[in-house]
Order: sequence, then structure tokens, then C-alpha cells
Amino acid sequence: MDVSYVAHLARLALSQDEITRFQSQLSGVLEHVGQMQKLDVEGIEPTAHASPVYNVFREDVELPSLPVEDALKNAPQQANNLIIMPKIVE
Amino acid sequence: MEYEAVIGLEVHVQVKTHSKMFCGCKNEFGAPPNTHTCPVCLGMPGVLPTPNLEAVKKTVLTGLMLGCEINRICKFDRKSYFYPDMPKNYQISQYDQPLCLDGGVVLGKYAFPKDAQKDPIASAKKNVRLIRIHLEEDVAKSFHFETTSGIDFNRAGTPLMEIVTQADIASPEEAFAFLSTLQQTLSQARISDADMEKGQLRCDCNISVRPKGQLEFGTKCEIKNMNSISGVRRAVAYEITRQIQTISNGGKISQETRRWDDAAGQTYLMRTKEQAHDYRYFPDPDLMPMRTDLGLVESMKQQMPETPSMREERYMRDYALNDYDASVLSSDIDLSHYFEGVLNAAQGDRQKVAKAIANFIINDLLGLLGGADQTLADCKIMPEHFGGLVSCVDAGKISSKQAKEVFVEMFATGKEPSTIIQEKGMVQISDEGALESFAKQAIEANPKSVDDYRAGKMAALNALKGQAIKLSKGKANPQLIGEVLEKLLNA
Repeated sequence: MDVSYVAHLARLALSQDEITRFQSQLSGVLEHVGQMQKLDVEGIEPTAHASPVYNVFREDVELPSLPVEDALKNAPQQANNLIIMPKIVE
Repeated sequence: MEYEAVIGLEVHVQVKTHSKMFCGCKNEFGAPPNTHTCPVCLGMPGVLPTPNLEAVKKTVLTGLMLGCEINRICKFDRKSYFYPDMPKNYQISQYDQPLCLDGGVVLGKYAFPKDAQKDPIASAKKNVRLIRIHLEEDVAKSFHFETTSGIDFNRAGTPLMEIVTQADIASPEEAFAFLSTLQQTLSQARISDADMEKGQLRCDCNISVRPKGQLEFGTKCEIKNMNSISGVRRAVAYEITRQIQTISNGGKISQETRRWDDAAGQTYLMRTKEQAHDYRYFPDPDLMPMRTDLGLVESMKQQMPETPSMREERYMRDYALNDYDASVLSSDIDLSHYFEGVLNAAQGDRQKVAKAIANFIINDLLGLLGGADQTLADCKIMPEHFGGLVSCVDAGKISSKQAKEVFVEMFATGKEPSTIIQEKGMVQISDEGALESFAKQAIEANPKSVDDYRAGKMAALNALKGQAIKLSKGKANPQLIGEVLEKLLNA
């Protein structure tokens, strides 16, 4: 696994030194976890969760929202109740 | 060289619920910006999303109506990418275990644009296969200004269904028919209002062309930003022509995303897809998997409403309506209910009465509504009164010509037909003695028609009939006057 690729996906700016250091660390972690590849999982159904709990839902009921001033508290810039940011270019 | 187009659609549909997909904020279009948000839909750390059961039910219902297989075990996954309209930097979606698989949409003739209904392909009942339907959360809405963009999180986290088709669509007209059928099905089942202009139904089109007969697909482009079904038709038509021209001129199609500009009637390059996105899907640890076999599918099967195409078939089967009448009457749920309400109120032979009602609705009512800029909800004609009028015609009390006049009056005033018939003195004459007197007058006044009739010209009888009805001021029962005339002429 290429550290600079992973760093880019997470939008992390790494120095050359860090790339070298993390590359060996990441390889170590992956190798450790990779031991699981050796297990025989024939006949075992894949599962996303450890506990056999299904169908945790909520009813379609409306609850109060945040006051708009609270919702915008973390916005560095705002205008007309919108969160303002550098222009998104498509 | 002859080319053919290969088209697949990805349709996003906003699911009609009271609250958002994973929190209790109101799911509402058009509220002041950022007034329907909470820590969950703003993507604050440490919050716990919980799926809205109603949205899951409506997705399963959609799947059942479109003939999908409902996955027994489903889950939600995180789709990671960075974009300002998504506060968590991942979207909760479904990856390898979506709620619905397969299924299809059959394209009926009258789902095609009017000018394409005569094309044989419109009558082919083509099935556009679906790959999957999954449930996810919508993103925020962004507004673009001169140097900045503004974000409104009201839409963030509202339930969104994604319907993906196989590349089964071969023309702009088929894309149109697919979307109009889907739109009707979803809005009639109250799953979504599915209005493209409001962004409740959004469609991305994947289009490629290839020399006719070639098995391999050409390079595809993705078209975005259509905001009506006819806009999709125009965009697809433009893009097919652009690709064929490019290739014919020796050029190459590169895989890219293009934006449709409806006013200019062109697609423009948005971005090229040089590298595939790496979304790093993985199961969302906050959300437990779903089992659809613990009663969900069974209860949805029982609640499954009749689809427009099922209703169309029923009208043709039970009331012997032709395919055009049946398709118009089943295209809108309110219109269908109205039609059936009138039919229940009308007396007489079911098939005969149904045809008469269909004629009144399609030939008269829809035009009157359009002319008055009204919808069915504004219509003053009560189904009971409408049914009464049709019964009067069926029983021979008034002629169908008179009934049309009454109908217009009912539309304008909402009065009962019997009142109007009385006011206008419109009673149909069925008394044989009275009819005979009109028939005799007609025969005396038109010796030429009488000669023609006796010489074997059957059309002359209609001329005499017309005269006799005219003499009766339109009150003579047309069928009986014909019989009386024939009797006199052959005596």
C-alpha cells in the first residue's frame, strides 16, 4: 500500500521523511492484519457486525432541529443563513 | 457507417417522508436555508444515525412494484470522498447488499412522446431491466456566486433512492418513456412526488455509441443536469449526434462527464475521468444490518398498490376500453379515481357506460380543464352527477349530442344534470306516435333522399334521419327515429 496515495485520499500533506517513516509502519500494520488471510473461512457467511442484531429503525417522526444560529456557529463565514466557502469549481 | 446508441440511466429519487433518513429533522423542500439541521445531519463527531423505517419500506415497495428481488440481508456502507456538500466526508449509501436487485420497467406505447407513438418500437412493450435499487442519504444543496459558494444543509441526510438500469435503452424516446413510466409509478404510489423540476427525480445518463452490430461498447460519457423528462430526451439526442459526428470525423470519445445546457441545447465538458474514484466502501459500523424477511417484505406485499400498467390492463380487460383510453385514464391516480367514481355512480351496461365516460373525460373534460386552467381538484362536476348524466344517455332519456351540451353546463355551474335537462327542456322523444310524425314530415320534404334510399343508397337513410331529428329540434331518439323511418320507407 502506497502511503502517499493513502495520504492523498485523506488530504494529508506528508513530508518526504514522513512518507518513508510511515511507509514501513503502514506495511507492518498491514502485514500484522494480513495474518487473517491465512484463516480458513470456507462456509462462513460474511458479516458486517459482530452481534446478530438486525432492523434497528426509528419511526418516521419529525423532531426539533437546531436553531439556525447554532447550526451556523462553526461556519467561518456566512451570509443569508448559508455557509459561505471558496467557490466550488466543477 | 450506421451507428447505434447504448444508454443506461442512474435515477435518484427523493423519498417522501416526514423526517430525514437518519435523524428527526424535517424533510421539506423550500424552507429557509439551514433551518432543518441537527448534529446528525451536520456530521458532528460522536452522533448516532438511526435509519427511518418509512424510507426503507418505501424502497422495498418500489422494488416490489418494479418486479425486483428484495435482498434478504441488507446493510448500509460508507462511501468516502471529499466534497463541501457532504459534512461527514462520507455518504451513507449501500454498496454490495442493496435493498433491491434486478426487476424492470416495461415501456408502454403512451409513455413515449406523442410524436414517437407511431414508431413500431413504441408498441414493442420493451422491458428496460434494472440492476439495483439502493437507499442512501442526499447531500446538501450548493449555490454558486461570483467568487464564493453557499451551502444549505436542509437537504443533507434526506432519504434518496438510487435506481440503476442496465444499458438497455437505445434511443432518446425510450429514455423519455422509461422516466415517464417511473415517474407515474412512484408518484401514484406516493413514494415520491418525483418532479424533475423540483429535483425530486434526478437523472444521470450514460451514453455511448458503436457501429451497428458491434458487440463491444464504445467509450461512454455521463450527462448531468437535466431538469425535465423532455430535457433528458433532448440531451440524449444531442449527445448521440455529437458522439457519432466526432467518430465519423476521425475523432475519439474520451470518458468524461458533461453538463446539459437546456437553453443552449448543448452538452459541455465538466470533467474528464482520468482516474477511477476510490470510494473505500466499508460497512457503516453505526448502523446494524437489515433483514427484510422478518415481515417487512410480507407487509409491503399486502400494501402494494396497483401500478398504472396494472390498472391499464384491468381497464382493458374489465371494461373493454381500447389501449389509448385505458392508458390515459390510468396515467394519473386522481383521474383514475375520478373515472372509477363516475363509473360506480352510473347505471347501465358496464362496458358501454365505461366507454361513454372515457369519451366524456378524454374528449371533453380534459379539454375543458385545460381551457379553464384548472386541475381535476377544481372540477365542479361531482362523480355522482357525471354518472347520472351517462345513465340518462344510456337509458335513452337524452341524446348524446344533448348530453355534451349538458356536460359543458355542468362543468361551468356544477349543477345536477336533471336540473339542466329540465331547464333546457331537453327531453328526448321516444314516443312512437310523435316520432312517426317527424319521420313522415322528413319523408315528404325530401323525395330525392327517399328515391335514393329505395334505389339502394343506405346513406340516404342518414340524411332523412338527420332531417327528422332537426324537425324534432334535436329531441328525437336517434336510434328509434331510424327504426321508424325504415319501417315507413319499407312499408
